[in-house]
Amino acid sequence: MSERRLPPVTQVGMLSLALIVVAVIYLSAHLPQHVSLGPAVGLLAASAVLLSGNLIALYRAKGFAWQRFLQVGKWALLAYTLIAGMIEYVFLRNHTSGGPLVVLTLCLVVFAVHVPVLISFTVARYDDAASPVGESGSA
Amino acid sequence: MSDVTLAQPLAPQAPAGAPAMERPEFQVVPRAGLPIVAVIIALLIAAIASDKLWPLEFFHVVGGAAWTVIDLFLGFVLGPIIGKLSIPARVEFTTRLMPKMVLIMPTAVTVTLAAGWQLSTKLGTNQTSYALHGWVVASFIVVGVMAVIALGLLEPANIAVLTELKKPRPNPEVIERLMKRFIYTAGATGLMQVATLVIMTKLASG
Repeated sequence: MSERRLPPVTQVGMLSLALIVVAVIYLSAHLPQHVSLGPAVGLLAASAVLLSGNLIALYRAKGFAWQRFLQVGKWALLAYTLIAGMIEYVFLRNHTSGGPLVVLTLCLVVFAVHVPVLISFTVARYDDAASPVGESGSA
Repeated sequence: MSDVTLAQPLAPQAPAGAPAMERPEFQVVPRAGLPIVAVIIALLIAAIASDKLWPLEFFHVVGGAAWTVIDLFLGFVLGPIIGKLSIPARVEFTTRLMPKMVLIMPTAVTVTLAAGWQLSTKLGTNQTSYALHGWVVASFIVVGVMAVIALGLLEPANIAVLTELKKPRPNPEVIERLMKRFIYTAGATGLMQVATLVIMTKLASG
């Protein structure tokens, strides 16, 4: 198999997404009452740290198929930015504002970046870093 | 949405001398389906903007039914069947099914969740004062777990298996591994969909 030794990007990414999900559930489960933003901010910060760690670990990985990663990543990023935009629209439509809106928006940013990272990583991990991306056809 | 023609001979990284099999031509993201997705999303935005009960209920119920049925059907009906198919049949089936899933699942999930949140805001069911608020929070948790599994494992496996099949020499071992991951995670989310059905029928009947 053409799989190389790579950092546990999928596992870390899923943990990061899980933290975001917990933060969003925590905020939405307390509506419309005033809710302390502390736990949600903490979860968001931890998730963002995991995202950064994932990107740094991947950057340091040797022999990773970056061309393939970027080829898939840009389209996945576009798709998930649209989905995140849709969710943000629903928040704004329902007059979410202030601290909760900032936290929810930042959660969406982490979501919209981390999911494309997971998709393009899963594709690129089975790709040969030396082969040109055009060889295997376009999407 | 179907653009499948048996054309390219598949020469996987198999033992030398192994017979080549035919691989259907396909698009990882079926472009013909993109306008349909765009129309559905535009209608969803209109439904949310109008804040009227019927369109919101329609999108939430139809999207949710599609999401639930597809997960259950994939995990418990198609999954075991695919597992028993021959490799060439499995490859052909995969190249016909998976590109459609790339468009259908994210659209169904986005429609269900966006319309569902707007609907619950309109009906007041997402407020702590709602009598069945615990059930609503339980639905958030179930959806959250399904989202993490789908976004972290299922969707990446879907795209990766199609990209692998696009290569001049796809690796059957990689395809096998990714397909297993796809079917198992679809089964796991299918099981969680049973919990969703329990919660949603409870909320609907009060």
